[in-house]
Amino acid sequence: MATEELIKATVFCTYHEIDYSFILLLEESGLLDLQLVEEEKFISHSQLQQLEQMTRLHQDLEINIAGIDAIVNLLQRMQEMREEMESMKNKLHFYE
Amino acid sequence: MAYIDYYKLLGVEKNATDKDIKTAYRKLARKYHPDLNPDNKEANLKFQQINEANEVLSDKEKRKKYDQYGEHWQNSEAYEQAQQRGSSYNPGTSGGTNATGGYDFDGFGQGGDFSDFFQSMFGGNRASGNKRQAKYRGQDYQTELHLSLLDTVETHKQTLSVNGKSIRITIPAGIENGQVIKITGHGAPGANNGPAGDLLITFLIQDDPHFKRDGKDLYSTVPLDLYTAILGGEIVTETLNGKVKVKVKPETQNGTKIKLKGKGLPIYKSENVFGDLYVTYSIQIPVNLTDKQKELFKELAQL
Repeated sequence: MATEELIKATVFCTYHEIDYSFILLLEESGLLDLQLVEEEKFISHSQLQQLEQMTRLHQDLEINIAGIDAIVNLLQRMQEMREEMESMKNKLHFYE
Repeated sequence: MAYIDYYKLLGVEKNATDKDIKTAYRKLARKYHPDLNPDNKEANLKFQQINEANEVLSDKEKRKKYDQYGEHWQNSEAYEQAQQRGSSYNPGTSGGTNATGGYDFDGFGQGGDFSDFFQSMFGGNRASGNKRQAKYRGQDYQTELHLSLLDTVETHKQTLSVNGKSIRITIPAGIENGQVIKITGHGAPGANNGPAGDLLITFLIQDDPHFKRDGKDLYSTVPLDLYTAILGGEIVTETLNGKVKVKVKPETQNGTKIKLKGKGLPIYKSENVFGDLYVTYSIQIPVNLTDKQKELFKELAQL
């Protein structure tokens, strides 16, 4: 069985100097899935990069949860569009 | 090195209040923040510049020094010495009496993302103070890696040299032209213990003289002599994994396309799953016919 690396939410908060409530708000908004292990909340390693990005948006730019939600969705759409564009470019190249 | 007009960078007047500076900085930071401008080198550079401008103009001591010297910033060294002696420095005079207190440049981050101008004037480190020092993520590095179509057939490792560091990466079979692979944490170091940026590698697959690619499938055109096309037979054709024998049906038409199953490219990150190779026949009409050949064709035509 595959094992998953987990990071204690409180450890993440201490390292990034953020309030624990920020993590809880992200979870409430469906932007983060926390895992409960023996009454302690954990962040999965696979979510770490996006959580760090959301933390930066909050800390550097003072963006609230709703704003982060909108930005994350738009960035995801941008990425999908970029991939689609690359695929179209490759297809066009095939007919050149 | 050139003087940098931090006021101009933030788009504020020289008499701007702290609030004006903060507002201007926030507005520009939202526009140029690296997380909002992935893969945009210009935005990343702009973000560094406005960060530096904010670092100076939002800090009372730094702003004072910057305002005092402006374009004559080279004199700032003498100012520093005067500060260490506990007196103020006044260009053109032999010293003053109003001590402003020394700068505390100890114990802070590397400041590697500051301009030469900043480092020369302020020593390269961020100022101390009670305000929280924001951790900034380092810039992403971008690089391109050129591969031949043949290089995409098998998963292999390559060593890249990025900013003097060697990085060994695994290139999965079936990688597409323009695909980007992100190597987390191998970009520029962050500021104030912020995380390092990422290394983004764009793969550019060169055109192959024999095969065209459409995703996992390959296409090729092979010449077929007229006689084999009419009577049928066997030809040998190239695939990415070597030559294969192909049976040709009698009365094959020009432009006929056949599929060689599993002779295309491997599917990205799917083990042992391959696309197909489509071969199009281009029937070659014989040239420089002998009289005998011409006669036989005439005979055929009259049958």
